[in-house]
Amino acid sequence: MPEQTEAQVVLRLDQITKTFGALTANNAVSLALHKGEVIALLGENGAGKTTLMNILFGQYTADSGTVEVFGKPLPPGNPRAALEAGVGMVHQHFTLAENMTVLENVALGTQGLGAWRFDARAARARILALSSDFKLAVDPDARVGTLTVGERQRVEILKALYREARILILDEPTAVLTPQETDDLFETLRKAVALGLSIIFISHKLHEVMAISNRVVILRHGKVVHEGPIGETDKRDLAARMVGSEVSAPKVEPGTPGPAMLSLKAVSTPDRGAAPGLKALDLDLFAGQITGLAGVSGNGQAALADLIGGMQGPSAGALHLKGIAPQGWSPRTAVHAGIARIPEDRHKTGTIADFDLTENAILERYTDAPFSYKGWMYWRAAQDFARSVIERYDVRCPGPGTRIRLLSGGNMQKLILGRVLEGAPEIILANQPVRGLDIGAVNYVHSQLLAARDRGAAVLLISEDLDEIMALSDVIHVISEGRLSPPFARGTMSPTELGVWMAGQGFEEMAHAS
Amino acid sequence: MDIIDILLSASFWTAAIRIASPLIFAVLGELICERAGVLNLGIEGIMVAGAFAGWMAVYSGTDLWTGVAVAFAVGMLFGLVHSTLTVPFGLSQHVVGLGVTLLATSLTYFAYRLFLPEVTSPPKIEAFQPFEIPLLSDIPIIGPALFNQTPLTYLAFISVGVVAYILYRTPLGLALRAAGENPAAVAAQGLSVTAIRMGAVIAGSGLMAVGGAFLTMSAFDSFFFEMVNGRGWICIALVVFGAWRPGKALLGAILFAAFDALQIRVQQTPMGADIPYQIFLMMPYILSILALIVMSRRAEVPAALMVPFNKGER
Amino acid sequence: MRLEPIANPSALRTLAPPALAISATVIVASLLAMAAGANPFAVLGEILKGAAGSQFALLETLNRATPLIFTGLAVAVAFRAKLWNIGAEAQLYAGALVTVVLGTGALGWPSAALIPTLIIASLLAGALLLLVPALLKVRLGVDEVVTTLLLNFIFLLFVSMLLEGPLKDPMGMGWPKSPRLIEEARLPRIIEGLRLHWGFGIALIAAVLVWVIQARTTLGYEMRAVGLSRDAARFAGIPVGLVLIKTALLSGGLAALAGFSEVAGLKGALTLDLSPGFGYTGIIVAMLALLNPLGVIAAALFVAGIFVGADSMSRALDVPTYLADIMLAKALLLMVLAILLTRFRVVRE
Repeated sequence: MPEQTEAQVVLRLDQITKTFGALTANNAVSLALHKGEVIALLGENGAGKTTLMNILFGQYTADSGTVEVFGKPLPPGNPRAALEAGVGMVHQHFTLAENMTVLENVALGTQGLGAWRFDARAARARILALSSDFKLAVDPDARVGTLTVGERQRVEILKALYREARILILDEPTAVLTPQETDDLFETLRKAVALGLSIIFISHKLHEVMAISNRVVILRHGKVVHEGPIGETDKRDLAARMVGSEVSAPKVEPGTPGPAMLSLKAVSTPDRGAAPGLKALDLDLFAGQITGLAGVSGNGQAALADLIGGMQGPSAGALHLKGIAPQGWSPRTAVHAGIARIPEDRHKTGTIADFDLTENAILERYTDAPFSYKGWMYWRAAQDFARSVIERYDVRCPGPGTRIRLLSGGNMQKLILGRVLEGAPEIILANQPVRGLDIGAVNYVHSQLLAARDRGAAVLLISEDLDEIMALSDVIHVISEGRLSPPFARGTMSPTELGVWMAGQGFEEMAHAS
Repeated sequence: MDIIDILLSASFWTAAIRIASPLIFAVLGELICERAGVLNLGIEGIMVAGAFAGWMAVYSGTDLWTGVAVAFAVGMLFGLVHSTLTVPFGLSQHVVGLGVTLLATSLTYFAYRLFLPEVTSPPKIEAFQPFEIPLLSDIPIIGPALFNQTPLTYLAFISVGVVAYILYRTPLGLALRAAGENPAAVAAQGLSVTAIRMGAVIAGSGLMAVGGAFLTMSAFDSFFFEMVNGRGWICIALVVFGAWRPGKALLGAILFAAFDALQIRVQQTPMGADIPYQIFLMMPYILSILALIVMSRRAEVPAALMVPFNKGER
Repeated sequence: MRLEPIANPSALRTLAPPALAISATVIVASLLAMAAGANPFAVLGEILKGAAGSQFALLETLNRATPLIFTGLAVAVAFRAKLWNIGAEAQLYAGALVTVVLGTGALGWPSAALIPTLIIASLLAGALLLLVPALLKVRLGVDEVVTTLLLNFIFLLFVSMLLEGPLKDPMGMGWPKSPRLIEEARLPRIIEGLRLHWGFGIALIAAVLVWVIQARTTLGYEMRAVGLSRDAARFAGIPVGLVLIKTALLSGGLAALAGFSEVAGLKGALTLDLSPGFGYTGIIVAMLALLNPLGVIAAALFVAGIFVGADSMSRALDVPTYLADIMLAKALLLMVLAILLTRFRVVRE
């Protein structure tokens, strides 16, 4: 552990304030990062973490306050300045060009654009050297599109190191990793710290924060509400400070399982590019039960969600609803069969940004009475429906005529919840239902899912967040490369044990056993 | 067989290369735009404007190469209009492109009437003449086809090499390709997506205009309305056919031009005389559509083509 | 620089950008008029006079607006679903072609039967012509912009071939021109003695019908959903491909009516100069109308007025008539920019 008071300050944010209209995103935020230190930056969605980082990286200009790197002030509003001063950022959503090689992605923008020749040989040598120094194994000539999520993250880190970053900022880096990959990442980070780098670690996974950081800074409503060494605090305390009060996650009682509502028998779907399809997969969703699907993203979750959501039929095997194979399989038959679909991406597939709330509310059911009859729309009925959803699901908005683009993520998700839950569905497909929501909205969504389960719905919860899966699910399956693990009952598996399955081990033995 | 005779004649291949030349410039121009992520439907109008501007400059007394430069500059100007609307403002590339085509075409016709109010048939200029490259032009068939052309044709071929080199061998080309694949990756490395995309559209539009200028300054020696006649749209099909690669696009342009040269010659054979000439004139357009259909299954479209980038969003 | 959506645009913000777009267009036109050595006020005055200065001028403008309403509607319908139909020109000729094929004596029916038949036949011809690119797009992912554009050239050559072959008027003194329609196939005038034919009335009815389809039917809802987000529409269970095909049939049919109405209402025969680019101008009309079917009527009148006015201005002042095209292209570009600025504000960061 470095001597913080004496160590050199490498990055200093001083009294940063930034407002967007009436909203104060950052309010006099100050932060000092020392050499060889790991700071955890905590805060809910909307607490101002992203804005702060965008100011540091010149995407926004602060209203007031200064940024200093290695004692030199950064000119505001210049995206290059932070990079050139030695600050590297690993975004939560990777910024990689998939059709290009690792080398091209890493070296992009590092050689002068006026240069007459791109020096690939020097770049390759340097990447290989960095890979071995920091234990970041990756093939420089591989196309990024063929890499796993973990490997892509290594490419992102390499990008920063290649630019001689002395300060690394990682935004939710473990969200997409297995517990084992997370351990590898931490090893790389410890190596980096040992070599004199400094790190800001943005996360909401408190046990990881405890494991890797020296100091913690908590933002709430744009203000620093807590700052102190990690040793002087615990997870409960941090969580409470983050939301401003004791966190009241919904209490989860075990569900009482009923009959199988949806069964997949040896179902396969074709691969889609680098994303695997399903491989002879068996799954039963029981009434009154939440089935959690854990796994590293890109291992067939999308294929399973598309199958159950009616976007794609099986290429082999059978899908049964309450024991009966449906006639034809499309989104419309799925909806009419009583499947509530909460899509992974509420902006891109769940809603139409420039439709108003009424038009979005009836998106799945516009062909049904009372919204339309023989091809004619009945807008009054649609509006009444939208109003009732807004009221019953507490969607904060000016009215049903508002374009949904203007709503926050949480309110958008509440509209989707209302849209699909109003028909008292028997099966609920919840794909990443709380991604990007603040804790209030997260708790709301979770309590709605639990309520639906308690009235007898079969829920499939797909999430990359293992904590969420473990908290809510009555049984857990792990998916890896399109294969499904056996069901694990609540509380029978530790995160590490699940991580082994998430990393793709155990499936072979299972195949032999059967 | 008539067709075999035609295919073996040097004059046929000479004509094919001549027909290909304007397409090569314009295809390269479009390819640069699309590789950076911007579809430029202004191509048809920009070619019209380039054809007029280069020719008009020479008619007004400049030398031929200055005329080419003028055409390039005029193309860049329209590229600036296009890219300003499509890149920082992120407006529909379809609508803006068509708007630029309409604007460039109508401005050109207006300027033509303005400068030459009284003429019934357009005046001629002293156009580029074929320049025979010693020795190389003596090779049978391909010698005259490749090495007895006007300097602008040579420039077209050189441009293919230069564009390919820039795209694949320089840091600038890497950044340009990345802007067409994932602009966020470019922005994250501290480069300006706006500058790269606008630069690509402006430079690409300049090349399109030179393609137009080839028509009035090398293929012919005068400017006519309807002269470009859909060549710009054909070039958009050729970019797809060439899978967004300069070398393949060059091959596509030559193949296409060879078909065009062939139909002109078949028209003059006894067999061709019985077929309405419109059928022959349709061939380039039909071929373009067929090329699109054939390539539709395996086109390697730049991933961010037509996707505007707004750095505030994520 | 960044664009930020605006929650509730004020009336000023909604109206200012189009107003600025039109002013900027007028300013550019004035500069060009000065370049041509004319007084810009005189130019604009002459355009106005030529477009609406007399009963004759006004009727001329209405006649010119008629095909533009049809092609404008065709484009508006297609663009709303983000189906980029740039082939209205060819579809127009397809409508004109079947009109002369069936209306020059092949069907010797009375008007009451013949005219509806010609309308339906034109609709079908245009629909079929756009069906090909639409199927290529839906089935194979072939970009419809290029295919519809190229089809314009192909179809015009096809018409040219027919006009010099089987469809050539034996009395045409060698000109590539079809025989004249029989009297029963001609559209009557709306008011006896005034040079305005029923094509204009049909265009207005078509605009209202399209508006009803878009605002009040499930098909309209589907077309808008598909246009705004293919992914969300597909997820919601909207049959995206089928909606695009239906849109194509409607759009192609509307454009073909322009050809029918020009031949049956105005020209009486088919020649290769039937349309001075009505299909392309339809794009400008549709965009100026913000893709609203009722707005198309107003936009078509505006555009037709500029064309008709520019013609007479050109005769009076010797300024090239292409000034009209420049004004409209400029207006198109500024209009799309204006639309953006009513809904987003530019934030400097």
